[in-house]
Amino acid sequence: MSASSAEKYETHEHDVLIIGAGGAGLRAAIEALSRGASVGVVCKSLLGKAHTVMAEGGIAAAMANVDAADDWRAHFRDTMKGGKFLNDWRMAQIHAQESPERVRELEQWGALFDRTPDGDILQRAFGGHSFKRLCHVGDRTGLEMIRTLQDRGVQMGFDVYMECAVTRLLKDGDRVCGAFGYWREQGRFVVFKAKSVVIATGGIGKAWRITSNSWEYTGDGMALAYDAGAELQDMEFVQFHPTGMVWPPGVQGILVTEAVRGEGGVLRNRLGERFMERYDAKQMELSTRDVVARAIYTEVREGRGTEHGGAYLDISHKPAEYVKRKLPGMYHQFRELADVDITKGPMEVGPTCHYMMGGVRVDAETAAATVPGLFAAGEAAAGLHGANRLGGNSLSDLLVFGRRAGAAAAEHADRAAPASVDPGQLETAAGEMLVGFERPAGESPYALHRDLESTMEQYVGIFRNEADLTRGLEKLGELTGRAEGIRVEGSRLFNPGWHLARDLKSMLVVSEAVARSALARKESRGAHSRTDHPKSDPDWGRRNIVVKRGAGGMELAERPVPQPPAELQALLTEAT
Amino acid sequence: MSREAVLRVFRGTAEGGAMVEYRVPVAPGMVVLDALHYIQGHLAPDLAVRWNCKAGRCGSCSAEVNGRPKLTCKTRMDALPPDEPVSVAPMRTFPVIRDLVTDVSWNYEVNRRIPPFTPRPGTDWKMSQADVDRVQEFRRCIECFLCQDVCHVLRDHGKKAQFGGPRFFVRIAGLEMHPLDSVSRTGLLKEELGIGYCNITKCCTDVCPEDIRITDNAIIPLKERVVDDYYDPIARFLKRMRGTRS
Repeated sequence: MSASSAEKYETHEHDVLIIGAGGAGLRAAIEALSRGASVGVVCKSLLGKAHTVMAEGGIAAAMANVDAADDWRAHFRDTMKGGKFLNDWRMAQIHAQESPERVRELEQWGALFDRTPDGDILQRAFGGHSFKRLCHVGDRTGLEMIRTLQDRGVQMGFDVYMECAVTRLLKDGDRVCGAFGYWREQGRFVVFKAKSVVIATGGIGKAWRITSNSWEYTGDGMALAYDAGAELQDMEFVQFHPTGMVWPPGVQGILVTEAVRGEGGVLRNRLGERFMERYDAKQMELSTRDVVARAIYTEVREGRGTEHGGAYLDISHKPAEYVKRKLPGMYHQFRELADVDITKGPMEVGPTCHYMMGGVRVDAETAAATVPGLFAAGEAAAGLHGANRLGGNSLSDLLVFGRRAGAAAAEHADRAAPASVDPGQLETAAGEMLVGFERPAGESPYALHRDLESTMEQYVGIFRNEADLTRGLEKLGELTGRAEGIRVEGSRLFNPGWHLARDLKSMLVVSEAVARSALARKESRGAHSRTDHPKSDPDWGRRNIVVKRGAGGMELAERPVPQPPAELQALLTEAT
Repeated sequence: MSREAVLRVFRGTAEGGAMVEYRVPVAPGMVVLDALHYIQGHLAPDLAVRWNCKAGRCGSCSAEVNGRPKLTCKTRMDALPPDEPVSVAPMRTFPVIRDLVTDVSWNYEVNRRIPPFTPRPGTDWKMSQADVDRVQEFRRCIECFLCQDVCHVLRDHGKKAQFGGPRFFVRIAGLEMHPLDSVSRTGLLKEELGIGYCNITKCCTDVCPEDIRITDNAIIPLKERVVDDYYDPIARFLKRMRGTRS
């Protein structure tokens, strides 16, 4: 980097730069630190506020504390089956094998899980898991996890750049060697030089109107990686969680944990029918999320929905004290926001955009992206969950692959030669951030965001078809054009309108990747339901769709789904 | 949905500012944060508000609503007097950055000084739910810092240099009462975090959105531990003999 650019912008240098401070980012940071790397963590919010705090039900790990018959093979099989065998088998194997140790590690760092009568970590049932497998703390498991990791990282001495957003990855030739961003507080630009960069930025839920995701979930990491030339994979697979709040309007989409069903909650329609009998008579309410979400959606569409367009979820047959102890967050959430006492009556619930199975295409062992120097873990990465994620597999994913990404990033940093960034990259990055202020007139970023949310909700939702997706892509094209004319009002000092204007760019890129991939996959599988291709096609079951930036725009390609070795294949054959 | 609410929202910086009035349509079940989002989306795109989950779980959207420290995502508009303007101001105990966003970095500095969980050597990691229960109460804390905001030692007397504040007494209680922890933090509580300044007015407990009984369950037991360790040599001797604490 030239002297002039280093003078012009505040500059920090680390071996490993981690973008995102949720579970994956923090676990990566801890691992890289423990291997002697200097680590910087950049996050858009305050430390400890990342979306991981919203994870409620638990961490899936085959510890066999409650069901002695559980083991990694069963967890592997459940994960592959839930993902409709589109998963990267090696990631699923690593994940199932390593998650128990990652959970024990959390306990050794101070996390306090609920206990069995023998004094071990208690595990609960969850959809698609064939044994009681979710280690949990009531319904606030994510908070426990993030606080534990945060305190561990602080004690180990990472540098945290809070309320700082990355807008560009910096490159030296093909290789990623840093990032450019701005401080949300003062609006000043900042440059990070790093030998390895880990993307741990989570998902893209804010592109939909009804979502359980916070404002941060704007697909930044996926878009940054795409811009830097990396491949994204499985972008058509967006998980709609079956149970979000539906009433009152302001809380629409807020998550109602699957733990309600794990603890025995039942779903009924307006007529009082336990409708899951028609969709999955065996697993009922604890079927996989894709199935339950479609079931509720279908009940509502066919006129059997509740007053506010959802289904009833009822746990009030359990003793009130039990409900309050196991689901305290839900109890308070409904009492305070919806005037409903869940120990006495049912909740109204409906599907809400929740999770992105797709993301940056990575190597199973190292979490390395397809661009040198770049790594990705957690929701921002693809592969582990295939076409549908099981509840509880997200928190374990963060721990297992966060750790692996941190290790590989530190090792890469050890070997990497010094890099240099041409100052032109910095000027481009700064210029694109300032142009919105210079327009004398233009659109509000909020209006554009509302239109994006409606577009994705209407055309790229739970049920899809060619006509809708084509129309959705046209709309996204229009919105991308309109985004070029956004006007930013006010100053650079903590200006959410300005921040949203930048976040919209990421959302538009990732939304386009979702819509294009969804249009390409002419079958239904897991979370991807095409009304014009309602069946799964074995031929599509052998292909992952990848998205890459080409000279003329977004390019799609297919990659063969890696096939597991014979002994693992045998486990899967038993499952079908 | 014809009802309108009037919000008076602080707009300004550390250098000064004023309460600015906005008219917002009210929907059923609406919370103050919804109203602030309406203002951002339609009236003032640069209104600075911190928020994340909008579900009472992350503790980002703290402010003073009609003078009371509140999470704006959990404060229902229909719980406020309908015919009066609703005032929304930043937390007073922390310096304003802009509008409703304050500089809470001091809290992170205090946190860094607390010795981490240090397990007893050779533990088998067995814990009973009964022992875990009381610590899990403290670990519910979402770090909204409303307890810090309302605490008069910080708010009125500005003793940030001498006093840790309720949030960190809760955090330390969680470590001290962890069934397998082996480190004492009473010295830190007494000498550096000034727990003696707290005169148990329970204001912190009143504002805690997680209903943590901060004063009764965290601060008072910690004060007792400080007394045991510093002013009661017999208790200290007995404890050492029993080997319950290092």
